[in-house]
Amino acid sequence: MTFYIAIIDYEMGNLKSIYKLLEYLNIKAVISSDPKEILNANGVILPGVGAFGDAMMQLKKKNLIQVIESLSEDRKPIFGICLGHQLLFSLSEEMGTYQGLDLIKGKVISFNLKNVEKVPQIGWNSVKFELKDHYLIEGIPNNSYFYFVHSYYVCPKDEENILGTTEYGTTKFSSIVFKDNIVGTQFHPEKSSKYGIEMYRNFINYCKK
Amino acid sequence: MVLTKRIIPCLDVTEGRVVKGIKFVEIRDAGDAVELGKFYDEQGADELVFLDITASSDKRKILIDLVERTSEQIFIPFTVGGGIRTVGDIKEILRAGADKVSLNTSAVKNPNIITEGAKIFGSQCIVTAIDAKRVYVNSPEEALDKITIKLSDSERYCWWEVYIHGGRTPTGKDAIQWGIDAQNLGSGEILLTSMDMDGVKEGYDLDLTKIFNEKLNVPIIASGGAGNPQHIIDAFKKGRADAALAASIFHYGEYSINEVKKLCQKEGIPMRL
Repeated sequence: MTFYIAIIDYEMGNLKSIYKLLEYLNIKAVISSDPKEILNANGVILPGVGAFGDAMMQLKKKNLIQVIESLSEDRKPIFGICLGHQLLFSLSEEMGTYQGLDLIKGKVISFNLKNVEKVPQIGWNSVKFELKDHYLIEGIPNNSYFYFVHSYYVCPKDEENILGTTEYGTTKFSSIVFKDNIVGTQFHPEKSSKYGIEMYRNFINYCKK
Repeated sequence: MVLTKRIIPCLDVTEGRVVKGIKFVEIRDAGDAVELGKFYDEQGADELVFLDITASSDKRKILIDLVERTSEQIFIPFTVGGGIRTVGDIKEILRAGADKVSLNTSAVKNPNIITEGAKIFGSQCIVTAIDAKRVYVNSPEEALDKITIKLSDSERYCWWEVYIHGGRTPTGKDAIQWGIDAQNLGSGEILLTSMDMDGVKEGYDLDLTKIFNEKLNVPIIASGGAGNPQHIIDAFKKGRADAALAASIFHYGEYSINEVKKLCQKEGIPMRL
């Protein structure tokens, strides 16, 4: 069977830029909300821009929550980006309290204007790697810059899920997480020039294994 | 390590090619838009802005084609502005691969487009572009319904008036108040152009940039007036801008982006290098 990556389409955000990046790397990708097509993929990207509650509602409406859960049980590589990475967590406090996918324990909270100058954080910030060895960061220098756009961030319950951290104002937050087959970044690697491209390449290589 | 300040080359485009208006009137050609964009990405540009200055509906397809070609080859954020009138236009441009749209005339005429756009696509992709021009007054009492400030380099006061239609039409609107409103309506960033300084290459309007930074919580992109690296340094240090937009100083190879970023870093401004 041909190798391909599924980008989960649940009508939240710009999926095209991830698709174009995979195309640029000569990787077959599908933008899909079809459970079968997603389950058969060699790796799955969960993107997303927008509000947490809406996103969970969309996933539910499209019967994709179960699909993601079974991907996780099958140990399929999953890569959550931005909101997609927040959805991996147990719950979010964005405009109410919402249940997430609960694949990684922890919650999603908001920046506080007392600790940071502006919300959202928009722009390039550096990521400090908390581990030396992980496939996702292979070949990427520590403290490299990535492009962020967000008002909320994740607080993993277990520190061992933290792969990278970032400081914004006086807030230090987790910006790359991992657990078993799952990785997630708060930033947009598809908008982070060469090191972002490298990160996708690393993910794809992992999916090929 | 902190959030870095951004340097954003602006590409004024017409029919897929780059031009730069000097004071919005005289126009020179400076190359193919995607090629130039790629070149800037390699030089370390933090984002790109395309402003479609023809913006007539019959040329729309060419713009969409440019956006698509850009998103296939350039992997940094890019914003598209010019002639965006409806939520449908926003959707078309974002679908073609842009990360953000910048709204100017249409937002002034119909502020609801900001709210609608932010609701559907998220605040992060709705940039309100404001073209502001100084209106000098002798005292704040002369313009009681406007936000006036005392200028840093003279005894005079001024407020800033919003212009639309590519800087051709004054609106009587207070630019600072409009910036606050645009933020409250859901705009995620403000692209703030000084009409007094645009094309003059004598530096940004620092008083304007600074007051926007003080009054608003969303990032401010300073625009109009960059002639040398010191101007960009001043926009960050004195104007307290979050990002600096520039065109001609990069297009004509006077300075490379990397060179400017290094000079900024030397001055203690956080940069991605």
